[in-house]
Amino acid sequence: MSNQDQTPETSPADTRREFAKSTRRTFISRLGMASLLATTGPAITTLAQRSGKMEQELSAAAKDAIPVTLRVNGKKHDLRIDPRTTLLDCLREHLHLTGSKKGCDHGQCGACTVHINGRRVNSCLCFAAMHEGEEITTIEGIGQPENLHPMQAAFVAHDAYQCGYCTSGQIMSAVALLKEPCGPEDAEVKEFMSGNICRCGAYPNIVAAVQQVRQNAKPREPG
Amino acid sequence: MKTFALTRARDNAQAIATAAKATTAQQGAEIRFIGGGTTLIDLMKLNVEQPQTVVDINRLPLDKIEALPDGGLTIGAVARNSDLAHHPLVRKNYTVLSEAILSGATVQLRNMATTAGNLLQRTRCMYFRATDMPCNKREPGSGCAAITGVNRSLAILGTSEHCIATNPSDMNVAMAALEAIIHVRGPKGERSIPIADFHVLPGNTPQRETVLEPGDLITHVTLPPPVPGSRSVYLKLRDRASYEFALASAAVVITLENAKITRARIAMGGVGTKPWRSTEAEGELTNQQATQAVFQKAADAALRDAKPQSQNGFKVELAKRCLVHALKLATQTA
Repeated sequence: MSNQDQTPETSPADTRREFAKSTRRTFISRLGMASLLATTGPAITTLAQRSGKMEQELSAAAKDAIPVTLRVNGKKHDLRIDPRTTLLDCLREHLHLTGSKKGCDHGQCGACTVHINGRRVNSCLCFAAMHEGEEITTIEGIGQPENLHPMQAAFVAHDAYQCGYCTSGQIMSAVALLKEPCGPEDAEVKEFMSGNICRCGAYPNIVAAVQQVRQNAKPREPG
Repeated sequence: MKTFALTRARDNAQAIATAAKATTAQQGAEIRFIGGGTTLIDLMKLNVEQPQTVVDINRLPLDKIEALPDGGLTIGAVARNSDLAHHPLVRKNYTVLSEAILSGATVQLRNMATTAGNLLQRTRCMYFRATDMPCNKREPGSGCAAITGVNRSLAILGTSEHCIATNPSDMNVAMAALEAIIHVRGPKGERSIPIADFHVLPGNTPQRETVLEPGDLITHVTLPPPVPGSRSVYLKLRDRASYEFALASAAVVITLENAKITRARIAMGGVGTKPWRSTEAEGELTNQQATQAVFQKAADAALRDAKPQSQNGFKVELAKRCLVHALKLATQTA
């Protein structure tokens, strides 16, 4: 349904090219398919028929698809999407930027937090098609493993997570907070971070990480 | 979520002409304007709202927050809640509005939510949000499950036998105390509606929440000039310290002369089916000394008509204490 720009990936020239190209996500799904094929021979036809039917249904839905051009992490993407597609689903399912997470899908948990024109929002409560021409930034655009944003480095240094599911949203909020009129106290950081829920309860370490980055940054005028 | 057509309004006139084809006004209508989407998309995901057409009004030139020649303020319909709360003129002249907005939701939601959207914010009553339960607001005539059900967070003022849903907004409470005027353009032209007349009581028609007609577009909200020497407080009481709707809240705008209250504007949240302006409390305060006994009389007057349900009787006393404390805070700083 979508024609997105793929991140170039190096593929070794051996016969396992497909698997070598895999991310963890695609590897696991392919592994699942392989074991399914190995164990359920007679089911293959049914599966193929079913997936054919799904394709038909999807293309029927695609009749309502609308063209949308999104700018994400500085890169332009020309897409055709169902108007119902939230920005979160668009990022994850169409652009395969899976760093933004789906928690509650109702704007209550903050796991889906991204920046639009530098301001943090819940991407689960945005229709993607409403954000043409705007600068969308996801966790992937904030930093990379080899080049961490200071906030990402501080989260690592302070062990500001346990399971990690809320972390990208926490970091997107924390990065935005640096430019917001947040007072100096821990209590104020907690209030500004209250839109990001952590079921593991890493809150004290999250506050410590945010405060460390704020102290290291140049003094900013609140306001 | 049901499928819908998404269109972007070119200008006000086109938005109005499109929405005028709906059979009812904005809330629950088959043609809906979308601003921040924080209420609408949430409810569309629950199939509580099922618009066939969604008109994006975010690119209309309705986002300005500006001083008026008379000293008042004009606030565009799609001005974001965070821009409004942090605007220098709001922080200086309408502190109660800034406090109220910042006490609600989260930074992310306030960055999205708009002024007009907040005026039209829908109730958090869990039966309204659950399509497998009866709800007269969502499905007129189906009954009210809340009256015999879980009603701890619901309203005690302005209720009817058909609906006890609370208006959830904090912004609206401050707007009520500031006597905001809501400016609307519709198929029949422009009109200005004082906020006290904008939201309607549920009565026999809880599905109707405002006086808006099909096609009506809120263009902006104006605030009268601040009253010289007035002091204000927004006090919100809730189950959690942050990111929670009010059990009871009070917006207080008071003018004092030598410890005598010369003018009072009182509105309450978390307790009413609409943002609850209490002229009864104002009457008890005006031309009285700012004392605990007077505050208590005002609070008693504000809650005199309260009709608690099976689980929210505590709100009567809570709301009174909330108002008394807010008055104390407002007059202490004067």
